[in-house]
Amino acid sequence: MADVRAHAADSREDDAHPPELRHHFANLPAQREASTLAMWMFLVTEVLFFGGMFTAYVVYRSTYRRAFEGASNLLDLTLGTVNTAVLICSSLTMALAVWASGAGKKKATILFLIGTILLGGVFLGIKAVEYTQKFQHHEVPGPHFVVPLDERTHQPLPRQSEMFFSLYFCMTGLHAAHMIIGVGLLTWLIVKAKNDAFSPRYNTPVDLVGLYWHFVDVIWIFLFPLLYLLGRHTL
Amino acid sequence: MPFLPEEASSFARHVDHLYLFLIAITAFFSVLIGTLVVYFAIRYHRRAPDEVATEVHENAVLEIVWTVIPLGLVLIMFYWGTRVYFRITRPPANAIEIYVTAKQWMWKIQHTDGHREMNELHVPVGMPVRLTMASEDVIHSFYVPAFRFKRDVVPGRFSAAWFEAVKPGKYHLFCAEYCGTRHSNMIGWVYAMTPADYQAWLSGGTPGESLASAGAKRFVEHACNTCHGDQPGARGPSLAGIFGKVIHFSDGSSRIADEAYIRESIVNPQAKLVAGYPPIMPTFQGQISEEGLLQLTAYIKSLSSAPAGTGAAQTGPGLSPGPPTPIPPPSAPERKTQTP
Amino acid sequence: MSATPERPERRVNYLNAAYGVRSWLLTTDHKRIALLYLIGVTFFFALGGIAAALIRVELLTPAGDVFQAETYNKLFTTHGVMMVFFFMIPGIPGVLGNFLIPLMIGAKDVAFPRLNLLSWYLYIIGALMAFWAVVHGGVDTGWTFYTPYSTVYSNGWVVVTAVGIFIAGFSSILTGLNFLVTIHTMRAPGMTWMRMPLFCWGMYATGIIQILGTPVIAITLLLVAAERLFHLGIFDPAQGGDPVLFQHLFWFYSHPAVYIMILPAMAVISELVTAFSRKPIFGYKFIAASSVAIAVLSFLVWGHHMFVSGQSVYAGIVFSILSFMVAIPSAIKVFNWTATLYKGSVSYQTPLLYALGFIGLFTFGGLTGLMLATLGLDIHVHDTYFIVAHFHYIMVGGTIMAYLGGLHFWWPKISGRIYPEYWSRVSAWVIFVGFNLTFFPQFIVGYLGMPRRYHQYPEEFQVLNVMSTAGASILGIGYVIPLVYFIWSMRYGAYAADNPWGATGLEWETPSPPPTENFPETPTVSGRPYDYLTARDREAAIG
Repeated sequence: MADVRAHAADSREDDAHPPELRHHFANLPAQREASTLAMWMFLVTEVLFFGGMFTAYVVYRSTYRRAFEGASNLLDLTLGTVNTAVLICSSLTMALAVWASGAGKKKATILFLIGTILLGGVFLGIKAVEYTQKFQHHEVPGPHFVVPLDERTHQPLPRQSEMFFSLYFCMTGLHAAHMIIGVGLLTWLIVKAKNDAFSPRYNTPVDLVGLYWHFVDVIWIFLFPLLYLLGRHTL
Repeated sequence: MPFLPEEASSFARHVDHLYLFLIAITAFFSVLIGTLVVYFAIRYHRRAPDEVATEVHENAVLEIVWTVIPLGLVLIMFYWGTRVYFRITRPPANAIEIYVTAKQWMWKIQHTDGHREMNELHVPVGMPVRLTMASEDVIHSFYVPAFRFKRDVVPGRFSAAWFEAVKPGKYHLFCAEYCGTRHSNMIGWVYAMTPADYQAWLSGGTPGESLASAGAKRFVEHACNTCHGDQPGARGPSLAGIFGKVIHFSDGSSRIADEAYIRESIVNPQAKLVAGYPPIMPTFQGQISEEGLLQLTAYIKSLSSAPAGTGAAQTGPGLSPGPPTPIPPPSAPERKTQTP
Repeated sequence: MSATPERPERRVNYLNAAYGVRSWLLTTDHKRIALLYLIGVTFFFALGGIAAALIRVELLTPAGDVFQAETYNKLFTTHGVMMVFFFMIPGIPGVLGNFLIPLMIGAKDVAFPRLNLLSWYLYIIGALMAFWAVVHGGVDTGWTFYTPYSTVYSNGWVVVTAVGIFIAGFSSILTGLNFLVTIHTMRAPGMTWMRMPLFCWGMYATGIIQILGTPVIAITLLLVAAERLFHLGIFDPAQGGDPVLFQHLFWFYSHPAVYIMILPAMAVISELVTAFSRKPIFGYKFIAASSVAIAVLSFLVWGHHMFVSGQSVYAGIVFSILSFMVAIPSAIKVFNWTATLYKGSVSYQTPLLYALGFIGLFTFGGLTGLMLATLGLDIHVHDTYFIVAHFHYIMVGGTIMAYLGGLHFWWPKISGRIYPEYWSRVSAWVIFVGFNLTFFPQFIVGYLGMPRRYHQYPEEFQVLNVMSTAGASILGIGYVIPLVYFIWSMRYGAYAADNPWGATGLEWETPSPPPTENFPETPTVSGRPYDYLTARDREAAIG
């Protein structure tokens, strides 16, 4: 028996059935509204997802203040600040990509998407450098962890500094995983843009990936002060 | 009654009265709803296939009434339950201290005078007993149904709770928090004895070294005395007499020194810094066992002469008085440790 | 009642629209996905049920003489994990929610049909990972994974199981998200929020909990896995971690999770009570509001699982009062369902039997929940069989009975066939009797002091345990009978009319079974929900 699904709705459409319209939606605006609502709800779930670790961090920071302060001062503030700037710029290029796709500017869309990917790549590269440094200084928690020395007093930090690094790696690691997924989504968008998928009538995927990308940026904007800035001894 | 365990502690009776009240409410509403539902189903059974039901309009007043009445009832339950809970969680001042170490899959009990027991706890009737408990591995839970007593023993902290036995007898002790393979074997007995029998039991056995005395040895072993030895210009504050006193910290806050504070000061000394002292104490986390921490705590407690109003009283039948000097000689001649 | 249908086997419907395994495994039709969930949850329910049977066999005698201790510990863990994560959480949303929500609101499908299929695959992958772990030696931590036992001491497949639950958790999140967006944006013209069936209100409230709560268990299990793999120490006291922090994070989800399990059941009951009283439900607005209130309040009470674990006395007081508050909306629902029967035209078909059973057992079980919210009492019964009895009254006496009632009610719509009424009534009674005999003695033995998760126990508890095991065997038989006759009915059952119950609701205005696109044209809705009396009066006037 032929699959009758796709056709029942079509005969009711006034315009030519737009290719982007999924059959179970009445029209494109309804589809866009539903997709956008879904992405916002998904971002709420991500807040709760990261929230568990933020909770653990806040609890342990207040229990082991000196250990965490001391360990936090061992993070590379320069690299962290550069990364923050890089991510904020990538949100700019992302926003521009959303604008360009909605204005029908195919070349600009692809350029801005590439720019976002490059900036994301820089972020991930810098993170890789930081992780390598930690590995070299034996600051990775686990059997090879060596209690680091306090920057100022050169005395060993309290043992619970290992907890700081556990949370550091888990939180920035999960964030980096989200960035990698974001880079994948951006690549997919470039492919779609090349195939003329976006127009003033339809740029929802770019819009929604933009929301996701901005969210990942916002997570970093919370991580950075919590991990790098609080209790900083010197600039 | 066959569905209640013996009421063998001072608060068991209160718990059971609360339970009976809640059973009454449960029974009342269950029977009410059950009866109404069955009655309506029978009374309004469909008699003909095209029968029409009667319109019953929404009634906001009824909704409010059957919201407010249950609300009032639960507030009563909450209030009564909280009162019993306060009774359970507030130990009286003159409790006997007993220390418990939980470990997969046994209960190691130590009385302050050195009596050690394994999976058994002897207590006198008519005197409050406060258990300070530590776990050497995973979470356990000390549960004596006849006393309605239960407290989780969480590794990484001291857990304290109290009871007072009112009836001599032999009562089940269960571990009530799943702790691994032999969780169901981590059981034993609590023996509540008349004061005379308890006295006999105490003097009958051969207690080992008292907790405080073992703690004194650890104090030296871990070189605590090099900073806390009361010598002139000592780098650390004196510990003599601090138990039960208010301690002032460098950030302006203060706290009464209890067992939890002592334990925290050993494993996480940077958490609260005593005012006027540099933050140089190293952490001993992972270097001292839970039992060792109990011993050190008992020792530091013993440096306070029985302060009023806390659970540190060491008087009682058969318990040796705590030594007052920082590094005491053993207060009793060495005797064979009681084998568990 | 509708007229007898034309030769149903000739008509195209969602079941015969396409044949072949690919048409099922790559379907995006919400109705087919519902059946895929039905197969999945039934399989994992059977697994969890076998584990339960073995537990009850061991508990026939006080000695641990059937299984070794470690095996028994793996059995109760398997039972809990399978039942909670792979049957109860996905069950009613995956099967009835998926099938009914688009039909009830007059839509062609859910908002994101491909995401819906992905949800099913995530569920199956997660469940199969946990199943793999069971087959290869199992996990012995209990479904609660308390640390540091689960992260440091246990020797089982903790990481594999935790990751399996993590993956299935995303199934739950995406299902909830799909339902929320569907209900927000795809209701037919004229279907305002206040005209929506209460089943949809219940699923909406469930969706709120699914998207807000599940991510927290997801990150918690991820941290447990990371701790186990990389020796991190976040929850390990030997490295400065706090086992009670784990409990807070775990129960922050797992308490709302029990409302993910009960809200859909209550949603079903609202439909059954009104349909079989043939009368508008009493207090529609209050039931709808109660569903949302339960969803919100459910996030505020998690600490009542931790009264004994060392949180402060004041935390205990706060969680106690809030736990009492969350019971009130449930009570409101029970009173409204009871009032719906009043002056109704009550017909004793099987779905109603399940609904009445639910009302009685849920009321009783819920009231025992108040006992647990009572601080002074919970200390004694925490971690005993009293708790086990309480939650089984709600989950089995409540949710499973509602699930079965719903399956029976909508079976004609789902399959186009009628199940045998005699056997369905027999099994409803067998389940009711078996259930009570299994779990009521557990309240008694729990208060007497028998701890949970024990495979050996003092002799004085034996009689009550034997009663419980006897009940369990009866209950097991009760569950097998519907499995048999539902499958039988798909081949030999009488063909169902479009609306065999004479119920209101857009789902009953489609053929049984419905065509793939649900409605040939989008319906328009007017008039109030559960419009039994007005329509009937109108029909009577027309003659």
